[in-house]
Amino acid sequence: MEKKLPVTIDGREFQALPGQTILEVARQNGIYIPTLCYFPMTTPVGACRVCVVEVAGAKNLVASCAMPVSPGMIIKTDTERVREARKLVVELLWASGDHNCLMCESNGRCELQDLIYWLKIEKPRFDIKPPGYPIETTNTMIMRDLNKCVLCGRCIRACNEVQVNEVLDFYMRGSRMKVGPAFDSDYKNSICVFCGECMESCPTGAIINKQGRFAGRPWELQKVRTTCGYCGVGCQLDLNVHEGKVVKITSNKEYGPPNDGSLCVKGRFAADFIDHPDRLRTPLIREKGKLREASWDEALDVIAKKLASIRKKHGADSIAGLSSARCTNEENYLFQKVLRAVIGTNNVDHCARL
Amino acid sequence: MTNSIKELEFADVILATGTNTTENHPVIGMYVKRAVRHRNAQLIVIDPREIGLCKYATLWLRQKPGTDVAVINGLMNAILKENIHAKEFVETRTEGFEELRKIVEKYTPEYVEKISGVPADQLRAAARLYATANKSSIIYAMGITQHKTGTDNVKSLANLAMLCGKMGIESGGINPLRGQGNVQGACDMGALPNVFPAYQMVSNDEARARFEKAWKVKLPAKPGLTVVEMTNAAHKGDIKALWIMGENAMLSDPDLHHLEESLKKLDFLVVQDIFLSETAEHADVVLPVACFAEKDGTITNTERRVQRSRKAVDPPGKAKPDWEIIAAISTRLGYPMHYASAKDIFEEVRQVTPSYAGITYDRIEKTGIQWPCINEEHPGTKFLHRDRFTRGLGLFAPIEYIPPDELPDADYPLTLTTGRVLYHYHTGTMTRRSKGAMERYPESLVEINPKDAKRYGIEDGKNVKVTSRRGNVEGKAQVTKRSPEGTIFMNFHFREVLTNLLTNPVLDPIAKIPEYKVCAVKIEAA
Ligand code: SF4
Ligand code: SF4
Ligand code: SF4
Repeated sequence: MEKKLPVTIDGREFQALPGQTILEVARQNGIYIPTLCYFPMTTPVGACRVCVVEVAGAKNLVASCAMPVSPGMIIKTDTERVREARKLVVELLWASGDHNCLMCESNGRCELQDLIYWLKIEKPRFDIKPPGYPIETTNTMIMRDLNKCVLCGRCIRACNEVQVNEVLDFYMRGSRMKVGPAFDSDYKNSICVFCGECMESCPTGAIINKQGRFAGRPWELQKVRTTCGYCGVGCQLDLNVHEGKVVKITSNKEYGPPNDGSLCVKGRFAADFIDHPDRLRTPLIREKGKLREASWDEALDVIAKKLASIRKKHGADSIAGLSSARCTNEENYLFQKVLRAVIGTNNVDHCARL
Repeated sequence: MTNSIKELEFADVILATGTNTTENHPVIGMYVKRAVRHRNAQLIVIDPREIGLCKYATLWLRQKPGTDVAVINGLMNAILKENIHAKEFVETRTEGFEELRKIVEKYTPEYVEKISGVPADQLRAAARLYATANKSSIIYAMGITQHKTGTDNVKSLANLAMLCGKMGIESGGINPLRGQGNVQGACDMGALPNVFPAYQMVSNDEARARFEKAWKVKLPAKPGLTVVEMTNAAHKGDIKALWIMGENAMLSDPDLHHLEESLKKLDFLVVQDIFLSETAEHADVVLPVACFAEKDGTITNTERRVQRSRKAVDPPGKAKPDWEIIAAISTRLGYPMHYASAKDIFEEVRQVTPSYAGITYDRIEKTGIQWPCINEEHPGTKFLHRDRFTRGLGLFAPIEYIPPDELPDADYPLTLTTGRVLYHYHTGTMTRRSKGAMERYPESLVEINPKDAKRYGIEDGKNVKVTSRRGNVEGKAQVTKRSPEGTIFMNFHFREVLTNLLTNPVLDPIAKIPEYKVCAVKIEAA
């Protein structure tokens, strides 16, 4: 057993593990501390100061996400001083950007919006002065509006620490700090591989999924968890469905292995083939050299008749089947069963080898 | 994979060979990069191309394509010479060590340098790194298997891992990374000519008796034909009917001319697919099917994890899930199949597949389970071979190096190697209809080393004609040091640039995998 450390949060005593931060102990015990720059699985930076708390004996408020607990620590998470400090931070962030929720894709799933509401801020005490950056729309997958960036750095840590793609960093541009690829390039002309991890990590509407732009509000989307249809990693992801269509894909760290919420460009952005006009919609039968539309009954009858007559004339081993690594286990099982048990041949394979 | 994906992050040494992981299995690539950047793991890359992982590697051994057995034997030679192999493991868990020792004796690093071009010192350094770390993991993919000697390559990696005792431990093992979503599951389910589900041999009388009882029919004992053998048999007229479920054989097969002729000779071709693929265009009957987002079922990933696939939307028009179609055809052929759902089928799968027996839809609702999972109390298996190998003792398979089938010569002076790129998948039927993927990688590129480009007068961005003994194709040249001198790289995602018109259909005699990774070509400006 590891040694436990007693700490007091808001008058209640808890046993913490060595190395745990104040935030972790609080959250584990159901005490809410708001955060913004905090991003699990990456280095805590304590930069935004939204998670500040009072620690007895400390002169300044401390960032709970970065401060490890020590034995006997007495912490207050909800004092007047704490509330005021948080308000100041959030009002400054609000005033320094173009946070117009009316047209923002993240409306309803924005952590800045939630903070403003939770802290009951009517309006910022500072003048609103957005930086006036142009919106980045040079690709069809990820859209960036840095006027909505709160400089939390989560995208940078997502890119460098989670995906290790090493594309993003902070840059000074005039008097303003900015996040992005080297040389202030857009994503398209950088070494970005469009994994979308930065987008998934962004707490505001600064980095959004362009495929889902104007395709349904967060609360209208139905999320269906499934397995990515591409490579053998089998990443878990959510298909976001609106009015019978998959409009975009999101991910979820809670789903655990194998991908812990991370995806690649194919899993995150290459599902738009689903409602491509080229999709086959009806059975086709070749007639006089040309494929023509047919009903299921007609097509299935032709198949059964042909297979039966070829088997009769040339034997079962004159028939072969190619199963598919893109189909489910159930389908592969049935396919080989039919070839073996019904047709009577072991001529069944799939393209694993290719 | 003998081990699990997430274990890679905690390995001390990762040896990646024949896998362009960051492009073909990007999320596995992510764990490898995390191991290197955040946990100080050492990465050894063995690959002719300067793949994305090279940037993270402690050592990059750039062998000539197709010299893998020599390189691996060289590593083992160096390990034995320095006496840093795992003596106890070899003693208690393996057999055939003396035979292995004899074979690898002549593969001194200097000798291997002559064959492979990898400097002897680098071989020794890699051998030391791999052998002396606590937890060393090997990952590999098609760069190892798509050779005439693919089976030899895989066995050689197993020799190396056993010699160093890196099997049956967490964050160790030898880990093939499967390219397509459910290759693992398709194999587990017996979509192979010689085995029933769970790799029970069709030629084994007891296995057959079990399936005859379960399926209530008499079953054939003679193993069937593999993909490439089917094509050849069709060409000869021995196969008359081919039923294809969702495979675009027309782009993924080696030697496409030959394949096309074979398909034309068939009496009957049925294709089930989501698009009218190049293969479906030749079919007598084409059936429209549901894609992954339109049907229920399970998929088994490369670490043997059985996971749910769920229906989110309806298929277009009259399209149906493949399993409904198979069942309907079976019923019409006089063997009625009336499954109400994919779950119904899975219940039957569990009965006949011992390694899946303990897996249920309920149990994998939240997190998938890794087989073997023998009963409903069994938690699944994170890594294999902990206390014993499937056959008991691990058997060393001593292997001599054999050169690739077709080496460069005066007429065809360059080596062509093939593979995939990040933004596309297999024959491109899905990604080529995806806006983002096409925006990033709109056309097929032929990667050529700057020196070769200069020698043959090829300009970056201009068309190049590539010719092999089997055919020629044209594509846009990308002059890049990613390709080593003397080797060009092409992908097979684009129907406009039919790379497999060029490749050599010679097969690995055991795995029957074509030698996609090496053939001889010449290039000229087009
Ligand atoms: S999409 Fe991925 S690679 Fe590109 S900047 Fe975002 S995190 Fe980095
Ligand atoms: S773009 Fe988003 S994640 Fe990145 S720093 Fe700005 S607000 Fe944070
Ligand atoms: S998201 Fe990418 S890495 Fe994950 S399964 Fe899909 S294709 Fe593979």
